[in-house]
Amino acid sequence: MRAFTYSRAGTLDEAVRILTGTPGARPVAGGTNLLDLMKADAMRPAHLVDISRLPLDQIEETPDGGLRLGALARNADTAYDDRVQTRYPMLSKAILAGASAQLRNMATNGGNLLQRTRCYYFYDSGTACNKREPGSGCGAITGVNRIHAILGASEHCIATHPSDMCVALAALDATVQVLGPKGGRAIPFAAFHRLPGDTPHLDTTLAADEIITAIDLPPQGFARHSTYLKVRDRASYAFALVSVAAALEIEDGTVRAARLALGGVAHKPWRDEQAEAMLVGKPALAGSFAPAARAILRDAKGFEHNAFKIELAERAILRALAEAAGVEHP
Amino acid sequence: MIAKPSIPDVLTEPGAHIGRPARRVDGRLKVTGGAKYAAEFSTPGLAHGYIVSSTIARGRITRIDASAALALPGVLHVFTHENRPSLAWFDRKWKDEDAPKGSPFRPLYDAEIIHSLQPVALVVADSFELARYAARLVEVEYEAAPHRTDLHAHRDDTYTPGKDKGGFEPPPKPRGDADKALAEAEMTVDLEFTQATEHHNPMEMHASTVVHHEDGTLTVYDKTQGAQNSHTWICNVFDLPKSGVRVLSPFVGGAFGSGLRPQHQLFMAVLAATQLKRSVRVELSRPQMFSFGHRPETIQRVALGASRDGTLTALIHEAVQESSQNENYVEVVVNWSGQQYKCDNVRLDYKLCRLDVHTPLDQRAPGAATGVPAIEIAMDELAHKLGMDPIELRLKNYTDVDPNTGNPFSSKELRACFAQGAERFGWAGRNPTPRSMRDGRQLIGWGMAAGVWDAMQGQAVAKAKLGIDGKLVVGSATADIGTGTYTVMTQIAADILGLPLDDVAFHLGDSSLPMAPIEGGSWTVSSVGSAVKAACDRVRDRLVGLAIKMDDGPLAGIGNEEVILADGHLAARADPSRRVSITAVMRAAGLLTIEEEARSIPYYLARSRHTLATHSAVFAEVRVDEDLGTVQVTRVVSAVAAGRIINPKTAASQIMGAVVWGIGMALEEETLTDHTLGRYVNHDIAEYHIPVNADVHDIDVIFVEEHDDLVNPLGAKGVGEIGIVGVPAAISNAIFHATGVRVRDLPITVDKILSGLAGGRG
Ligand SMILES: Cc1cc2nc3c(=O)[nH]c(=O)nc-3n(C[C@H](O)[C@H](O)[C@H](O)COP(=O)(O)OP(=O)(O)OC[C@H]3O[C@@H](n4cnc5c(N)ncnc54)[C@H](O)[C@@H]3O)c2cc1C
Ligand code: SF4
Repeated sequence: MRAFTYSRAGTLDEAVRILTGTPGARPVAGGTNLLDLMKADAMRPAHLVDISRLPLDQIEETPDGGLRLGALARNADTAYDDRVQTRYPMLSKAILAGASAQLRNMATNGGNLLQRTRCYYFYDSGTACNKREPGSGCGAITGVNRIHAILGASEHCIATHPSDMCVALAALDATVQVLGPKGGRAIPFAAFHRLPGDTPHLDTTLAADEIITAIDLPPQGFARHSTYLKVRDRASYAFALVSVAAALEIEDGTVRAARLALGGVAHKPWRDEQAEAMLVGKPALAGSFAPAARAILRDAKGFEHNAFKIELAERAILRALAEAAGVEHP
Repeated sequence: MIAKPSIPDVLTEPGAHIGRPARRVDGRLKVTGGAKYAAEFSTPGLAHGYIVSSTIARGRITRIDASAALALPGVLHVFTHENRPSLAWFDRKWKDEDAPKGSPFRPLYDAEIIHSLQPVALVVADSFELARYAARLVEVEYEAAPHRTDLHAHRDDTYTPGKDKGGFEPPPKPRGDADKALAEAEMTVDLEFTQATEHHNPMEMHASTVVHHEDGTLTVYDKTQGAQNSHTWICNVFDLPKSGVRVLSPFVGGAFGSGLRPQHQLFMAVLAATQLKRSVRVELSRPQMFSFGHRPETIQRVALGASRDGTLTALIHEAVQESSQNENYVEVVVNWSGQQYKCDNVRLDYKLCRLDVHTPLDQRAPGAATGVPAIEIAMDELAHKLGMDPIELRLKNYTDVDPNTGNPFSSKELRACFAQGAERFGWAGRNPTPRSMRDGRQLIGWGMAAGVWDAMQGQAVAKAKLGIDGKLVVGSATADIGTGTYTVMTQIAADILGLPLDDVAFHLGDSSLPMAPIEGGSWTVSSVGSAVKAACDRVRDRLVGLAIKMDDGPLAGIGNEEVILADGHLAARADPSRRVSITAVMRAAGLLTIEEEARSIPYYLARSRHTLATHSAVFAEVRVDEDLGTVQVTRVVSAVAAGRIINPKTAASQIMGAVVWGIGMALEEETLTDHTLGRYVNHDIAEYHIPVNADVHDIDVIFVEEHDDLVNPLGAKGVGEIGIVGVPAAISNAIFHATGVRVRDLPITVDKILSGLAGGRG
């Protein structure tokens, strides 16, 4: 771990000011990801602004009938919030599929969005990694890549985004509210995380001096027909090999709207509107789902150890859609 | 998790303590934080070391620049091979009790790199944080040489080791002609198995705190399974007088074999303390816990031939295992196959392949945990082919004589393990057809396997000191790595002298105590327990001798054997109202203490004419998700025959913990190697998976009654390893029963099951 300085922001404006004015400053919220990465020397902030006591921990109704999740609301408090559980059960399930009870008690919603990849090489400063050390190379492409991306990867980085919560947020079309020195802006969830391209050190489109203040959920929560399915190497406390957020709106046995987001397969939660459109207008029966499952994976490409994820993802999608629709899996 | 240890009632003689489920005598200290571990001891002025690890797998260090680290205020020194003091030169000085044949690794000895993550420098600073930070600033340049870490790529480049490590015999000579018999057999299976590399990953990381006293003597708190092993090693390596060093290790937060050899953090802490003349602590980080010994990766072939009635006619078990370039680590792997089953044509073969890795190191049931799953899966496959019940096939080829040696077993209640385990599990209700049970999308399967481990014993010495207050202090330099050594030794001693457990204190983990061997191989109860018994027997004999010689005493004149000890008193067996307190006897004799020391010596003659082993039958139920390939182990029954069980509670804990580990071995545990870099990559416990609570369901432990007079005076065989041995095969066999998919490549992860489900593999 490298030496760093620390201050606690009294107000949101002060936090932005410190971030803008201090080279190498990063906010710290729950610290469950950032501190580990500092110990591993994968992140080296010169200054930490502690934002954990700012009053951004509320969960509130929005005027349009949605819900605003404060950036500093804890993952556990969010998952167990009555409104989240009844109106956005898929989100609640996704959060609870992640980490452990202790971690979810510490972890914040903003921090969850910005958690970094679990690629082994990113954590091991004795190896090459473009995300940690731009230009040093990618250890995973020629190395052990069992947990890596099958979609949207580049020759510079094949890492995945590890969050469960974000997969559900992507499926829900959430909006990320941020505040920077020039004021606030709203980032649609799909535009928040990036693909690696040739700048894999950038995970998101958030600027270094911007702070996440809230995540807005639109009114449509797919409460009746949605689920989150996570496949992992043990029953709890492991990151997703593949996960699926599936949400359907069903009328008279016909799918009227569909959302499908995949986790564990790409540098960001993976959505494909074309694939989703293939579900719409179809009977809400298990037999209708295969074309969409194949479509969302049509560009999938496996590396030496992770090709199994393509088949696994297809199976998980079919299972999740059947569960969401409430029908028997064939 | 519901764990239901069954406490046998017939096993025990009516002693007050032996055979009873006593609570851990150190339990309160452990749960209140009163138990101190190696990195928790401190002293004013303690300095902290942090290790810099190699990034290449093989080559030479060409330059080390520590100037940036040294420039930081508070950094005291950076030790490297360039500035180390003179150290022992001969290999034998670097050997420890568990060293195999070869040339032990010498930290900071020269510029040569022989494995990735090898320690290359030690930064010592005023604080841990500073040392860790400074370690990042040490620049090391290497000249890399080509390395090899891929066992599969080099499996043909092997050699046959000899008797290169204590506790392991090379495979016996072939019996009959196994290859011919296999070719002629009515029914055969011929299979390849692989077992992944595993690291021990005890909860507590390896650490050593060295207190440097003004007169230059050292008190060393070390995480070890043998305080005397560490003591001898340091004195040899640094040429220190034995009287000037004391090694203490009162509590160990798990070890599983990782503490059987002194590890490099001990070297580093002693180096820094002796050079800087200051107290120093060095603790490894979790990734650095992957920088020394491990369970070696192994490739095996098991081929079985049988006649239609299930009689084995051919048994071939071959294993190729990794070792390092510098030592011949052996765990033989294949011998138990020849020992478990009667067969006239047997060929067992064991080879090593040198890779650029750190020398492997015994890990719970070394060899057996790798080799027995292979033969036990093969037996299941054969049973399936024959249309025979897997237990019936095992009984058909059951043997009361060890076919490897021709000697009888000292005791072997494996039949009873099969019967009692099957009964508890409900095995009789099993439909043998794969995929015959399901619950929605979950396929349910039942599998079983047998387990075996050696009942070893070494020499040990214990001393016992009885005070006039009736309190007994017993000591031996053994270890308690969480297994319950403190408790069972206390029980043995208390029983012999008829004392409540609270009046007995057992000391261990101190190099100044009487000699004990390293704690491993399930031999501690056998070795040290026998010594404790012998020392306490002597104290008892002296005490009884004094009592029967007491003029006018209530026991005057009766025979030694007629005296019983209970509740701090001596009494006549025939008439317990004739009694006298320990205090009164000693006062009459004018003694404040009675002190005795005794050495336990294994029954070498009986041992040379018998095979001594523990056995088990393990039954497992799994639920496999048909779509996703995920596995839940919903039920395990483990029936164990291990002689007398001194403490059914701590013993059941050993078996339960081992079953949990067996679940990990079967489904999760694997150290992944990047062969391009020659480096382990998942070196943390977020990505190196071991079972979590959600993976563990019902575990039911049965101790089968087993009487054994030959194993040692206690009749106890030890239960540290046997619990894991049968588990991976039972789970793999259950997965086959559930799905029709065979996976012979451990761990059985989702991807492997899925490729079977998708491809109809079977
Ligand atoms: C062992 C382990 C297992 C885990 N398993 C899972 C899992 O299975 N699934 C899963 O989804 N997650 C998992 N997690 C990750 C966990 O969800 C994240 O660590 C957590 O959500 C991060 O939140 P935090 O508040 O602690 O963030 P911090 O560690 O405080 O911060 C993370 C990053 O976000 C930045 N940041 C934080 N808040 C803001 C803000 N408001 N505005 C701008 N920047 C901000 C920080 O600067 C930092 O870069 C696991 C973590 C661990 C340690
Ligand atoms: S996949 Fe990305 S994070 Fe992993 S080593 Fe390559 S560049 Fe680094």
